[in-house]
Formats: sequence, structure tokens, C-alpha cells
Amino acid sequence: MLIKTKAIILSSQITDRAVFESRREFIKAATALSAGLMLPSLGQAEAGKYADVPVGPYSAKLQATDREDVGSYTNYYEFSSNKKDSTVLARGLKTKPWSVEVVGDVEKPGVYNLEDILKDNPVQERIYRFRCVEAWSMVVPWIGFPLGDMLQRFKPTSKAKFVEFTTIYNPEIMVGQRSGVLDWPYVEGLRMDEAMHPLAIMATGMYGDELPNQNGAPLRLIVPWKYGFKSIKAIVKIRFTENMPETAWHKSAPNEYGFYANVNPEVSHPRWSQSRERVLGSSIFTPKRDTEKFNGYGAEVAGLYSGMDLTRFI
Amino acid sequence: MTLGKKHWAVIKIVVFILSLMPFGWLIYGAINDQLGANPIEALHFGFGDWALRFLCIGLALTPVKTLTGLSWPMRFRRMMGLFVFFYASLHLLVFIVLDLSLSWEAFKDEVPKSPYILMGLLTFLLLLPMAVTSTKKMQKRLGRSWLTLHRLVYVAGLTALVHFFWLVKKDYTEPLVYAAVIGGLLGIRIVVYCKEEG
Repeated sequence: MLIKTKAIILSSQITDRAVFESRREFIKAATALSAGLMLPSLGQAEAGKYADVPVGPYSAKLQATDREDVGSYTNYYEFSSNKKDSTVLARGLKTKPWSVEVVGDVEKPGVYNLEDILKDNPVQERIYRFRCVEAWSMVVPWIGFPLGDMLQRFKPTSKAKFVEFTTIYNPEIMVGQRSGVLDWPYVEGLRMDEAMHPLAIMATGMYGDELPNQNGAPLRLIVPWKYGFKSIKAIVKIRFTENMPETAWHKSAPNEYGFYANVNPEVSHPRWSQSRERVLGSSIFTPKRDTEKFNGYGAEVAGLYSGMDLTRFI
Repeated sequence: MTLGKKHWAVIKIVVFILSLMPFGWLIYGAINDQLGANPIEALHFGFGDWALRFLCIGLALTPVKTLTGLSWPMRFRRMMGLFVFFYASLHLLVFIVLDLSLSWEAFKDEVPKSPYILMGLLTFLLLLPMAVTSTKKMQKRLGRSWLTLHRLVYVAGLTALVHFFWLVKKDYTEPLVYAAVIGGLLGIRIVVYCKEEG
């Protein structure tokens, strides 16, 4: 049953998108060509930092959403609740140098430079569908490494049942943090077994290049079977803990946003249905697609929640 | 200088064309793929925003007359009201035709789960009888009850605000701005009413 669901992801509606994309690709190619004729050096810059990264396991065979769309439609409340404004405002964030503080129930706590983390964790490409709690989705070729591999290197103790992530707090630049829309800094978390699942990754890039600031540079979480707000951006702190962390959206509206936040078409948000999603980049006449349980990754992750009533543990 | 009938006819045409401009921009944007990553949302929110803006303009005309004594803004009351209905209809049309793709199944599933959509539909149902009775002929035929009927606009203003408050995800800045404007415009009426009564 679950395998059948998976097959549907790969086949349905991709043809339509491919046709759509090919039109955009044509426009892009034409633009690139004309730009290339004027400035031949541009072609090399286009290649990107991670152009030759190998494709990792679990990467879906899905047509990626237009890069422009992914880079101009971001929920980044640290900058603005407006998806376009946050894109522009995020340019002001300095992401180099960057370090991550590791604390809590762990044998190797400390402050780690991002470059050192990247040396230990070679990156790969993972094409995942990204499903927002606002009922839209896109397909992104992330560049990153398995979260579990990194966490293991810090040697969490047996007391560590959860891992908590914190976004940088910098209200000078992140003007959205000056208002009390959420309780800053943004905090997210996973149960240890969720964090160790090979589908969960730490992303440092997308589309063969570094992450744009608005998409969470320089280091963000990607948990493809959960709603997008779980995939916290610009991480500066990782804490291992015995107790379930209090996460940002859950704190602000506990009845609307749970700790687990698994994509689930059967459980609506208190204010809207989650049965369908708008696929970004498709034409305005394309109907929404049916949302899949665990965003289509049920075969891989449903076991993590066996025995749990998912209508209660939202 | 007083303006003649002809002048007002020209001014009305100019105002009419200006009021159609947001419609023009949005349709132009949709055709030319300039509405960003989520064009349906851009159209949907765009038309909704303009319905609310015209509602604010329409509700401002009487207070302007009360406060300044100028009566000419009242000439535009019908047109502004009909533009509220025009943009609200487009807002609803985008929802039914593009967002739900005319699917009855999607409607049945999504609408009852969304209190804010129900509040939006209620707002549209409140606007509908006013639009239908907006002609001079209907105004004459209904007499005093026409005025009573058209007081529905105050209710529609409030339900539109509730619709907006219920849909946003945590950041209430925008609906608060509209609430302040509409609240102020209704507040002036209450103050005037109390003074006249007192």
C-alpha cells in the first residue's frame, strides 16, 4: 500500500510539470545564451560550488521546481512574514564565518566551525518534495549531508532523547525578530530516532550551489516527511536533551502546530484542510495535488510512529 | 467654480478607469507570468485586498461629508460599492475556479474545515443583495427599506475583517491596519449618531 503511494509520487502529474518546466528552461536557456554571448565568463560562474556533488540515496526522481520560485517564496519570519520581503531582507545576513555550538547530553560539546563540520561530512544531492503547512509544495534539489552522521560524531549520551536546534538571534539584521510575532530565537526539535533517520539532512546548498540566505544559509535542517516549519534555518546551536524541546510555532499556537508536524492529509489544520497542496511553479489552471501521508515518505518513516495516534500527536 | 453635469460625467469615467487599474495589473501579471511563485495566491489575495480597500473608500465618503461639509464625494458611493462587489466577486471566482479547480469534492472537503472561508462566503452573501439593488430604479422601488438594506455594508465590513483575522498565520499587522481604518470610519458614524440623538 505504502509502496504504491510512493509510485504515485514518481509518475502522476510530472509530465505536466515537465512540459511546464521545459518552457521555462527554454526561456532560461535563451536568456543564458544571450548573456553568454555578451559575457562568456558568466558561464563558468553558473556552474556553482556544488555542481559535481554525487546524488545521494533517497533522492526522489522528481522534476525540480524552478530555482527562481524556490528562492523568492520563503517563510522566514525572522525577516518578514511577507515571503518576498524576507527574500530581499535576508541578503543582509552575514553567513561567513559561521559556527555551531553543541551542548547538552553529549560527550563532545563545543563550538564547531562550519568548515570543520563540512570537512567531516561530505555533501550529496537530495531531491525532496518540500510541503509547507500552508498547503503548498515544491521540489528542491538540496545539497547536504545526513543529519544523523553529524550528530553521532558529537557522541550523544544515553540520556539524549531529543535534539533541539536554534536559529541565530540577530535583531539588528533580522528585523522580524524585533516584533513579537514568535518568541525569538526560533527553536525546533526532533526525537532522537527521527534525527537519526537517513532521510533527515543538514542542507548547505541547493541547485548545485550554496544556499541563498533566504533559504536558510549557511546551515539548515531538512526533514522531508514533516511540514516545512520543522526544517529550521540558519542554525547556530544544537542541544541534546532528555525532554521534548518547546518549539517556536508550537509555543505560539499549541493547538495548531504540534511537535511532530508530520505531513498528514487526514488531519486538517484547525483553520484549513491539509488534503491537497498547491504545487509551486505549475500553471494557474493546474489543480492542486493530493497530499500524501508523510509527504510520500511513509514507506521509510511510518515505523517511527507505530502505536502512536497521529490525530493526537500532531 | 461649479462643475456641470458634463464635467462630472468625465470625472466619473476617470475614476471608473482608475478603479479598474488594479484589475488590469493583476490580469497583465497573470498572463505574463509576473506574479511570482504562487500566481493563484497573488491573484486571490490581490483581488481580496482591493475589495477591502474599496470598502474602506466607500465607507469613508459619508464621514468626509460629515467632517468637511463637502458633498461631492457622495456622488461616488454607488460606484465604490459596486467595485467592492466587483473585486469580491473576482476574489471568490479565483478561489472556486483556480484554487479549487471547480472541483465539488475539493469544495466539500476544504470549505467546511475553514472558518475563515465560511466567513468570506458570508461576507459575499451580504454584499450580493446590495449589488442587486444598486440601481436607481431599485432604490426608488424599495424606498425607505433600501436604506435599511444597504446598512448591511457595516456588517459586511466587520465580517470581512473577521475573515482576514482568521486566515493569517500569526502576523496580524495587515488586518489590524484595516481594522483601524474600518473601525475609525464606523466609529465616526456612532459619534455623530450619539450627538444627534443626545
